[in-house]
Amino acid sequence: MEMERQNDLNLKATELRLGLPGSDEQPEKRNNKRASSEMDNSSDGEKGDQECAPPTKTQVVGWPPIRSYRKNVIHAKKTEADAAGMYVKVSMDGAPYLRKVDLKVYKSYPELLKALQNMFKCTIGVYSEREGYNGSEFAPTYEDKDGDWMLVGDVPWEMFSTSCKRLRIMKGSEAKGLGCL
Amino acid sequence: MCLAYMMNYFPEEVLEHVFDFLASHRDRNAVSLVCQSWYRVERFSREKVFIGNCYAIIPERVIARFPRVRSLTLKGKPHFADFNLVPSDWGGFVLPWIEAMARSGVNLEELRLKRMVVSDESLELLARSFPNLRSLVLVSCEGFTTDGLAAIASNCSVTPLGELAIGDADAMVGLILVLAMITPKVALTLFLMELDLQENEVEDCRGQWLSCFPDSCTSLVSLNFACLKGEVNLAALERLVARNHNLRSLRLNHAVPLDALQKILMQAPQLVDLGTGSYVHDPDSDTYNKLKSAVQKCTSIRSLSGFLEDVAPRCLPAIYPICLNLTSLNLSYASLIHSSELIKLIHHCSQLQRLWILDCIGDKGLGVVASTCKELQELRVFPSDIYGVGSAVVTEEGLVAISAGCPKLNSILYFCQQMTNAALITVAKNCPNFIRFRLCTLNPTIPDPVTMQPLDEGFGAIVQSCKGLKRLSLSGLLTDQVFLYIGMYAEQLEMLSVAFAGNSDKGMLYVLNGCKKLKKLEIRDSPFGNVALLADVGKYETMRSLWMSSCEVTLGACKTLAKKMPRLNVEVINENDLIDASSDDRQKVEKMYLYRTLVGPREDAPEFVWTL
Repeated sequence: MEMERQNDLNLKATELRLGLPGSDEQPEKRNNKRASSEMDNSSDGEKGDQECAPPTKTQVVGWPPIRSYRKNVIHAKKTEADAAGMYVKVSMDGAPYLRKVDLKVYKSYPELLKALQNMFKCTIGVYSEREGYNGSEFAPTYEDKDGDWMLVGDVPWEMFSTSCKRLRIMKGSEAKGLGCL
Repeated sequence: MCLAYMMNYFPEEVLEHVFDFLASHRDRNAVSLVCQSWYRVERFSREKVFIGNCYAIIPERVIARFPRVRSLTLKGKPHFADFNLVPSDWGGFVLPWIEAMARSGVNLEELRLKRMVVSDESLELLARSFPNLRSLVLVSCEGFTTDGLAAIASNCSVTPLGELAIGDADAMVGLILVLAMITPKVALTLFLMELDLQENEVEDCRGQWLSCFPDSCTSLVSLNFACLKGEVNLAALERLVARNHNLRSLRLNHAVPLDALQKILMQAPQLVDLGTGSYVHDPDSDTYNKLKSAVQKCTSIRSLSGFLEDVAPRCLPAIYPICLNLTSLNLSYASLIHSSELIKLIHHCSQLQRLWILDCIGDKGLGVVASTCKELQELRVFPSDIYGVGSAVVTEEGLVAISAGCPKLNSILYFCQQMTNAALITVAKNCPNFIRFRLCTLNPTIPDPVTMQPLDEGFGAIVQSCKGLKRLSLSGLLTDQVFLYIGMYAEQLEMLSVAFAGNSDKGMLYVLNGCKKLKKLEIRDSPFGNVALLADVGKYETMRSLWMSSCEVTLGACKTLAKKMPRLNVEVINENDLIDASSDDRQKVEKMYLYRTLVGPREDAPEFVWTL
């Protein structure tokens, strides 16, 4: 039991909690108002410390004051972005409709390319730094965060999967053209 | 000989004609106080009635005084209901109003409701009872379903329904579905002019409602379904736009892709107000080129919004030609546009008068706004990250830049990471014309980060400089001092919102004693108590309402106030610990809402609301 108590003390000391260091407790909703007796215009430092510990945003009901509709829209966009699956649209030139793939499922380029080739019944070929997918009728490209269309395979997989917003499999002369540059 | 004396010799028809020129209800209220005969003439000629608090009066008395009323505007719940501080069944029911007007044979043409509970039964009754109903506007309302809307539609048969606008309504839709259902069976013409759904929480609905608009519907002037989450029938939408040549305002939802937008714009070059749907496409495609040329033909667009969900930055240049003529731009839902793209866009918008934007534009972006938008009158900067830790996206710098660059600025809503006194003082000097000034720091009690002082001096400068200030919302670390300034200088102030501010009752007293024109005061989480509440009880009859939550007022003080002022309703809202006759008077009241009224306690208050 002694041990437990010691552990407890230690735990408290290293306890992770929301709020700036120096703030004693997590403020509850009703504690957000300051008791008038504690307010003192003169002692700046002390007051600074106390007042700097913000009520954690998620705990303050109705703050910041925005309508539910707007909050939900922002939240929906955020959760969409953070969602467990990283689904991106894949279009192929000439195909009647687009598909979606979950990039989180794949660990490397070969895996992704194999899946794409399966999905669209095409042969993309092998990537080479010098020539891209030269020789193949298809070239996989993706749109990155800046809105530019990039060739799949140039950057490390992790960098690619986090910056890829959508995929497009180029076909025909456009695709071959890359190899001629 | 005074003018009034002379005017008494004029027949009443002349007086009435003169009063016709009085548009504002305040002016009309004023003339009705001059003398008996003016009162009489005015009341028989008033057609538009505005009731700022639906519980201040009962419908029967309104109708008795204004028998010729054709347009009624009603407001229900307190403003803080928008931020979930008011329990949803608090009240604000429209049914008694509709019942009373139906009984009295009022010729209602227009009904505008804000923050009210609208049941299906109310809508059904509304539809049945008023053959000339043209306009129904619901903002921030709740309580109805598609059945109620169906009733409106099916009964608006013989009536030309001019405008149907639903904003922030919790319920849904088929609004159009509804309206559409009428015609095929009953061979009626629907003169729908406006259908405006603003910021609704809408259930996912299938997109067939658009196809339900009959072919004979050619009178649409305004169609806004931006908030709908479901898919839409694009072909039906295109046909609808094609046959409604009077369409001036069109706001699409996210399910309308860019290629549909392009086709729509080809059919509606006369649009004045456009809300895009999702805005993503391959910028090298044919479709995109067609969009660019369609946009160039839309020379009347003055107001732009949308860019919901997906946005392809490289497609934004297509709208640059529109930007040159824009007076109103709402990008506050376009969280996927990078600040660099926003800045490029803003460079083209030199005529903007109103801008709603997200804080991800950054201080630098606001600097660009300041140097480009010299005509800017209203700016709203909304937070884009309310759940995260929050990187400093906009600070006092952005606000200062705007104030320096935009001399016509008179209305601002600004969510920011931090604010300094120096900045506010500069803003006050640059912009003495503010009518509305609402500042919201994401941390509600943050001090000036440079001096660690409260923001009293900054807000003090604002109220001292802006002599026409009517609405003020405070935030940041604030002591009683700021209220001293407000009481001293804010002579025109009508609405004040206070949160987490002040030290003692003195703060609230400064405001109550100083602000002679105060109409609405709403306070949360501030240490104001009984002394402040009871110091000048007569003041509350000069105001519309007072809201106090998580403050220091006790049940006993509320009882005292209620006893002294029979023409106030003092409502105590305690959801957690129900307050009743046996409660201790020293118990603090969680939420108190008081308002002046001519008709005593309301009969529809729920269990957790006790009118003292």
